[in-house]
Amino acid sequence: MYQDLLQYIFSGLTSGAIYALIALGFCVVNNTMGIVNFVQVDFVSLGGMLMFSALFALGLPMVPGLLFAVAGVAAVAMVVERFGLRPARTENHLVLIFITVGLSIILRGIIKLVWGKNRMAVPPLTPDTPVNIMGASVLPQALWILLLTVIAIALLMFFFYRTSLGLCMRAVACNPSAAAVVGIPAGRVRLTSYAIAGALGGLAGVLVTPITTLSYDVGVLLGLKGFAAAILGGFGSFPGAILGGLGLGLLESLSAGYISSAYKDVVAFVVLLLVLCVRPNGLMGK
Amino acid sequence: MSPIRRDKVLYFLFLHRTGLFVGLLTAALMLFPLIEDNPYTLGLTNLIAINTIVVLGLNLFIGYAGQISLGHAAFFALGAYGSAVTTVAGGMSPWPAMLLVAVLVGLIALVIGIPVLRLTGHYLAMATLGFNFVIHTVLLEWDEVTGGPSGFSGIPPLGWGDFLFDSEVRLHYLLWGSAMLCLLLSLNLVRSGVGRGLAGLAGDETAAASLGVDTKRAKVKVFVLSAVFASLAGSLFAHCYGFVSPDSFGIFTSADLVIMVVVGGMGSIWGSLLGAGLITLLPEWVDVFATYKDFVHGGILVLVLMFLPQGLVTGIVDLVRVKIALRRRKHAAA
Repeated sequence: MYQDLLQYIFSGLTSGAIYALIALGFCVVNNTMGIVNFVQVDFVSLGGMLMFSALFALGLPMVPGLLFAVAGVAAVAMVVERFGLRPARTENHLVLIFITVGLSIILRGIIKLVWGKNRMAVPPLTPDTPVNIMGASVLPQALWILLLTVIAIALLMFFFYRTSLGLCMRAVACNPSAAAVVGIPAGRVRLTSYAIAGALGGLAGVLVTPITTLSYDVGVLLGLKGFAAAILGGFGSFPGAILGGLGLGLLESLSAGYISSAYKDVVAFVVLLLVLCVRPNGLMGK
Repeated sequence: MSPIRRDKVLYFLFLHRTGLFVGLLTAALMLFPLIEDNPYTLGLTNLIAINTIVVLGLNLFIGYAGQISLGHAAFFALGAYGSAVTTVAGGMSPWPAMLLVAVLVGLIALVIGIPVLRLTGHYLAMATLGFNFVIHTVLLEWDEVTGGPSGFSGIPPLGWGDFLFDSEVRLHYLLWGSAMLCLLLSLNLVRSGVGRGLAGLAGDETAAASLGVDTKRAKVKVFVLSAVFASLAGSLFAHCYGFVSPDSFGIFTSADLVIMVVVGGMGSIWGSLLGAGLITLLPEWVDVFATYKDFVHGGILVLVLMFLPQGLVTGIVDLVRVKIALRRRKHAAA
């Protein structure tokens, strides 16, 4: 009974950490551009794919492979921003959001062309022998996910609060026109926000694909859950994204365990709707 | 023809442009099956008619009221499954079933809309997306009623007595007739006081409220109306194909519906027609590109939005207007 609960909590935290990483990516872009970046969804798949190629085509070891995949997705994200979104000179957010939907279709098409439609498997970071923690058996990959998520969040905090570019980005998030008036380069800030979003999405993809399987559309559902997590926490708020991600993950695994695994997404989304009814700007939103 | 007379004729055409357009389109649609009797082509144009009905409602909600819904495929699904279940399992005859389902879906939209429409922007997008997700999962999992992933078949066609809408040509008249009725209704609605209030709401909610538009009520009303449109289209879809499956009503369908609105032109009734036609036919055209299909599909979407961000109809009309104005200025200067 107690062991079951612990097991559910661990699996909830694992998927919650992944949602939190993706949600942070959504928030970073939203803070600088005010839009939902649906390409985020494909950054997740791309991360897994690049990890697969790094390990099997380039023959890199685990750690350089991970860095290669994350950096690769960040580079692709910068290309997406520079050549996909920058040329669009419209202020209408809905149009911009649907440009990201179009770019997401294109990127998914490219991934399908390069890696094919087959399902593949990425090996976990360390061999798969479950560890026993207080009676719950946990995969080492789950521990890696939690650890690397914490490291990623720490790096993100360092970037935003200890570097001048991070300060610029916080300024743009706070008030875009005032930031432009004092001469903060909007283009560089947007490019950086995309690179960060790409790196976070790519990391999520690298970490999650050993647990799920890898296919060209693996990111779609995960990405939408990440969006839901960001909304649940309050769109644009970093603590909110982490809280929302973990909350959504726990909600899903607990409802899968105690209610019904078929309806776990329904429970999660119904709770999301109820939360939004009470707090229309999410848990930590302004 | 003397210049004055020509001006009079042009003014008459301009004054009655909407009526003339509707008349011409109706005539063209009446004659279309005489020229084109390939059932495959007619099947495609019929699908355009069904999508047009949904997109018209959605465009009223997105373009005129300035809201966002990524969940209209859910209302479409409720209409389709509602008709399927009431006619096959409930044994009702199709026409009253369709009305009953439309009323029920309207009530559901009312119950959902009152709390959800307090949200704005991305929160509203997520809430409607979540609603779509919930409905889609229920359709997949509640297989005693909905047939689960394999779908629901054996839905009877519509008809009166012995006359059944079972061939593509008959369906053409039924579906396009319904689509044109919805088009007329929308055209009239946006020119009424209610419609002007909605347009004000899209422009600036606070300003509209201060000018006496009851914004909360207006949003809920147009949401319910668009849900009823989607439900009617869903019922027609179910009776037209005789088979429904959850695949047709996922979140990608919802995204496609919004893409139709955005590409056609937000806040343009004619744009809904064009957007529905273009996006429905696009997969057929890009089939030529086989492996590069997604690439072309996404590319067209991105290019249209990048260069004509107001959508095709509004964008092209604006271009023509600017051209005319420039020429007039040149004449005046000369």
